[in-house]
Amino acid sequence: MDLHFGDSKPTDDERAAVDALLGPPESSWEGADRSDADLRWARGGREARDRRDLLLPGLHAINDRIGWISEGALDYLCRRLTVPPAEAYGVATFYAMFSVKPRPATVLHVCTDLACAAAGAPELCAGIEARLGLGSGVAVERSPCLGLCERAPAALAIRAGDPVRTAVSAPTSVEEAVLAASAPDSAPEEPPAALAVPQAGQGGLMLLNRVGVVDPASLDDYRAHGGYTALRRAFELGPAGVIREVTDSGLVGRGGAAFPTGRKWQATASQPDHPHYLVCNADESEPGTFKDRVLMEGDPYALVEAMTIAGYATGAHKGYLYLRGEYPRALHLLEHAIAQARARGLLGDDVLGQGYAFDIEIRRGAGAYICGEETALFNSIEGYRGEPRSKPPFPVEKGLFGKPTVENNVETLVNVLPILTMGAPAYAAIGTQRSTGPKLFCVSGTVERPGVYEVPFGATLGDLLALAGVRDGLRAVLLGGAAGGFVRADELDIPLTFEGTREAGTTLGSGVVMAFDDSVPLPRLLLRIAEFFRDESCGQCVPCRVGTVRQEEALHRIVERTGAAAAGDIALLREVGRAMRDASICGLGQTAWNAVESAIDRLGAYE
Amino acid sequence: MTVTPLGIPRRVLEFTIDGEEARVPEGSTILDACRAAGKDIPTLCEGDTLRPKNACRVCVVEVEGARTLVPACSRKAEPGMEVRTDTERARHSRKVVLELLASSVDLSTTPRVAEWLKEYEAKPDRFGPDAARLNEEPKVDNDLYVRDYDKCILCYKCVDACGDQWQNTFAISVAGRGFDARIAVEHDAPLTDSACVYCGNCIEVCPTGALSFKSEFDMRAAGTWDESRQTETTTVCAYCGVGCNLTLHVQDNEIVKVTSPHDNPVTHGNLCIKGRFGYQHVQNRG
Repeated sequence: MDLHFGDSKPTDDERAAVDALLGPPESSWEGADRSDADLRWARGGREARDRRDLLLPGLHAINDRIGWISEGALDYLCRRLTVPPAEAYGVATFYAMFSVKPRPATVLHVCTDLACAAAGAPELCAGIEARLGLGSGVAVERSPCLGLCERAPAALAIRAGDPVRTAVSAPTSVEEAVLAASAPDSAPEEPPAALAVPQAGQGGLMLLNRVGVVDPASLDDYRAHGGYTALRRAFELGPAGVIREVTDSGLVGRGGAAFPTGRKWQATASQPDHPHYLVCNADESEPGTFKDRVLMEGDPYALVEAMTIAGYATGAHKGYLYLRGEYPRALHLLEHAIAQARARGLLGDDVLGQGYAFDIEIRRGAGAYICGEETALFNSIEGYRGEPRSKPPFPVEKGLFGKPTVENNVETLVNVLPILTMGAPAYAAIGTQRSTGPKLFCVSGTVERPGVYEVPFGATLGDLLALAGVRDGLRAVLLGGAAGGFVRADELDIPLTFEGTREAGTTLGSGVVMAFDDSVPLPRLLLRIAEFFRDESCGQCVPCRVGTVRQEEALHRIVERTGAAAAGDIALLREVGRAMRDASICGLGQTAWNAVESAIDRLGAYE
Repeated sequence: MTVTPLGIPRRVLEFTIDGEEARVPEGSTILDACRAAGKDIPTLCEGDTLRPKNACRVCVVEVEGARTLVPACSRKAEPGMEVRTDTERARHSRKVVLELLASSVDLSTTPRVAEWLKEYEAKPDRFGPDAARLNEEPKVDNDLYVRDYDKCILCYKCVDACGDQWQNTFAISVAGRGFDARIAVEHDAPLTDSACVYCGNCIEVCPTGALSFKSEFDMRAAGTWDESRQTETTTVCAYCGVGCNLTLHVQDNEIVKVTSPHDNPVTHGNLCIKGRFGYQHVQNRG
């Protein structure tokens, strides 16, 4: 490797930001002043390249301190990590939250996605932009879903500095958003996570039972409410016993793909290659989804405990928690929870005195929906562009750093706690035969009480909407988010199970239930979905890279048209959509046409 | 004569392609097997000297039991697999992918694409006159080669050839995301400010002519480029003792570009700046 670094120099601030993460450089080979010793030997090379996974944290360090990433800063980071600048530039330009061009230190992300759009985001954006024009020191950016749909419309202000400051404002108004951007420190505090759980405090909850009941910053409180009994039981059962319980419980992944969790764990645990890794996918970016955020904010220790159990069962000693970059409060609470657990011997070299070593590292995403795809997430952690890998080989065989890896969604992992405390048979008795256990749904849109609901599998869509207080004039429900599909207001008897939704020709996806009444202009909504996929495509494969653009163009053409005038473009959409579903590398391209297709076929969107 | 390394003996797999028995050594891809069986499957991003990237998706085939189509270039053949190469479903995807590509970039210098567009009855114009396309001016910032990203299909071959697969210079990468993704050097700088060492191995693997010799680019602009009048002569590079093979492309008694045979077991088509570009002294006739 013959690396070439340009002449651009970092500023003192940029250098300090990188050194705060990596420590001071040891030789001129990695950016220090030249000493006599440096002329005689070079250190770095392979050892430095092994730290490439610190590229994303390094980019965050610069972006957090300065607000954008200059040539000098990027080159210095590359020198420290022995990463080619062209590749690091490719990574820095991949993520929406980074900028390689100068911009103000404060960025206000205003959500314009489905729930927020229905709650008036376009007018809000216009108002904010009128108030925060040029010279205000604030860059206003239209953002994909911020995961605050229960409090739509939402905005997130990030002010670079040491330390970086953030403020979430939701539901927001022009005044409140401007206040959050101009004074993030004095902006009003976010309401507690429990407010996103209308059922909080009710009996019978299994996944949400502690949200609003325990102090999310207190390990003692967590233990007083049954915390760490599941881990103790896991140590009694041994790794094989834990996998048996999880398999017998019938738990399947809650991230959208519904793969049997026990089988995944077994396949990873039995791989001869070592080390094994555990990855928790907390990159919740599906528009309309916010359940993982509420779990992490309301009950962070539950996730720490569940990851420890999953690591123990699958033979992993290191767990990565990949958290989306738009969740500052979840980040702080989880960092605190992990530090506390470590201090109390619940993480570290000897978990609970059982001779099992396990620790968790948080990795922050930087604004890329595609990084929720499991293999794209590995690339992101490793310091590469978040592009999905071809499968096979599957992650259980070659995953993170090319090693056997088990990757689970936050909700999936948290389900392991009740499985171990109540036992597999009792857990499997909940729900239906093929969809067992409790399920979280993110209900938003035109309902009285938007939020995260926990119901056993088998409840119908109507049951759930009744809980949330559906308003009159319901026109359509989006199930599963932008990658899911619409159903009609007269289809509320669809059972919310994997098999039930499949039979009804739709999907449960990540548990999104978004209600829209007559007032929502459907073609605009579909356009927003198309725009989302065009923005979020990684660009690697042709069907998705170009197909999402052609899809958006066709929807633009027919936005005001119906019937015969729209027929030609709808036929075109069908042809492109079919090829995208068949030939794209990953789930993003394969599902990008689902919602629009369902709106045409089930709702008669352009008739 | 080409020397083909034999390697260790491999197990032979049996599976079917379009209902016919196929036998290939373990580790072969579906595409290898299809080619051995005489089937012509279009490919763009697949490179004979590079690991398949399977980004272009024109080589997709149907595999029994698979939810989606699979790229023939990278999927390894497995015993008992039932592969169908020419179904309506596979043909549909290939047609649409070709249309999407041809509507967004200039494929006029891509070998065989015109033939495939015809075969699959692709109509790139049907996305309308306003369909977004690249429309970038060629980047001419040095005397050796030209980057014409209006022709780039983002196959990643130049990135792989510049990076860990051959040259280890890592001067080029993909920047940006989605439709805005671009092949770029660091900070989108001119080539002369980048880490580029001008080996030209990226030109060697480029399937569309997005990367080309400045000599070829200038002659095309002048209307004098004519492959039918060119001869190709393979010889040995005289610059050093490695003995790389050079293929001189000569038109009207002038060397117009230099390539290298991909089946050479030492260089696999790669050269250095001298072998690739250092031929002007031959034609300085005072």
